[in-house]
Amino acid sequence: MTLQPISATDLAIASVLVIVNAAISVSLGLRLHKPVLLAAARMVVQLLLVGLLLRYVLESKSPLLTTLVIVAMILAAAREVAVRPKWRLKGWQSYGISTAMVSATSIATVLLALLTAIRPSPWYDAHYAVPLMGIVLGSVLNSASLGLDIFFSGVTASRNIVEGRLALGATRYEALAPYMRNAIRSGLIPVINQMSAAGIITLPGIMSGQILAGVDAVDAAKYQILLMFILAGGSGLAATGSVYLAAKAVTDERHRLRCDRLRN
Amino acid sequence: MNMNPSSIQTAAAQTEVLKAVDLHSACAGPYSFTLARGRCLVVSGPSGAGKSQLLRMIADLDENAGEISLHGVPRAQIFAPDWRRQVVYQSAEPAWWETHVKDHFRQAQLADASALLAQLNLPADMLDAEVSRLSTGERQRMALIRSLLVKPAVLLLDEPTGALDESNTAAVEAVLKARLQAGLALVLVTHSAEQAGRLADDRLHIARKEAP
Repeated sequence: MTLQPISATDLAIASVLVIVNAAISVSLGLRLHKPVLLAAARMVVQLLLVGLLLRYVLESKSPLLTTLVIVAMILAAAREVAVRPKWRLKGWQSYGISTAMVSATSIATVLLALLTAIRPSPWYDAHYAVPLMGIVLGSVLNSASLGLDIFFSGVTASRNIVEGRLALGATRYEALAPYMRNAIRSGLIPVINQMSAAGIITLPGIMSGQILAGVDAVDAAKYQILLMFILAGGSGLAATGSVYLAAKAVTDERHRLRCDRLRN
Repeated sequence: MNMNPSSIQTAAAQTEVLKAVDLHSACAGPYSFTLARGRCLVVSGPSGAGKSQLLRMIADLDENAGEISLHGVPRAQIFAPDWRRQVVYQSAEPAWWETHVKDHFRQAQLADASALLAQLNLPADMLDAEVSRLSTGERQRMALIRSLLVKPAVLLLDEPTGALDESNTAAVEAVLKARLQAGLALVLVTHSAEQAGRLADDRLHIARKEAP
């Protein structure tokens, strides 16, 4: 069995649902019709462009092109991690932390999956590397940005407590420990939820996609399990690493809290 | 602490605990003073002149420049958390982070903390209380206990009796005087001229810094 092709007419029929949404917005005065239509249009353009680009990359079988695509994906994810939190470090430091952690954790976990479990030949086959990277980056991005957001908000809101502990002789990591722990925990909750809900409340994306494409359900489940492990590992490392680097960046070598290095 | 064995110490230098020369930050200073064992330096000046900033600079909580040393050892040679255990800063509104009062103390400190409660007119079971149940004045006195139990050489107090009535202020001053007798060096920021008169051995007046 192969995937049923979808025609432009099929898409047009489905798009009626979006128009229904917009109509509801107009009739109830929600003022959401413009954002809904704009987001839908953006989504169509973005996905078609990515489809065209990926078709080209996959057909070219060029390792260089695959690398370029992956680097671009990493940079986009890293930028998102740096920009999403309400507070961020002045200058380039937030970008430095996010680029370092996002690239290290996603590359390490995807390589592990490609070299030990999936083993396509060649191992850098873009059919595997690019989608895997995409899934891992999405999860790493979420965990790292959540971790940074919760950490920076916690520290700025509890500035007097952190300084109170420092004043009594705590080291910077002792004084920041509760906020670091809380931030790392928050970064991990999405992955934990995803794992515990998988198969019962939601049918995960990869598994659904493979079943739609005609793969045996148990094989699809195994793929999904492998992916979940990679996601959990990558996200945990990304959240932990980002929060540690952030803790180092908001303090100095004299163990002072340096909220002046943050901006809203 | 690493004392230079070749340094010749005069009688004055032996009792000198804290010495600051041109201590300044972007928004306060420069300040110079020396503080000897068992003495109280009262810092006075109008609101916003930088009295709290001075205390924070001494404790090294804000970026600052200039020279400062403890028992003759420059601050830069001392690990920052060790410095802050020797030179403890207590802000005008001390922070609390655990639910119960006693969780802000180490197990080994609890006996000493209980002993200080009565001297500060606090009920004997206050260590078991929740911090949120304490009045502002009770918190201020508990914070003093917490600061004293770090056993610093220098204590930096910012308005330690700001929320206290006369009798409790007297209790705090009695405890401070006993500690001064025992050799503690004290830097005290207070708005009360009477309190300054009762405690001051040395004085430092701070004027509002002119805008550049």
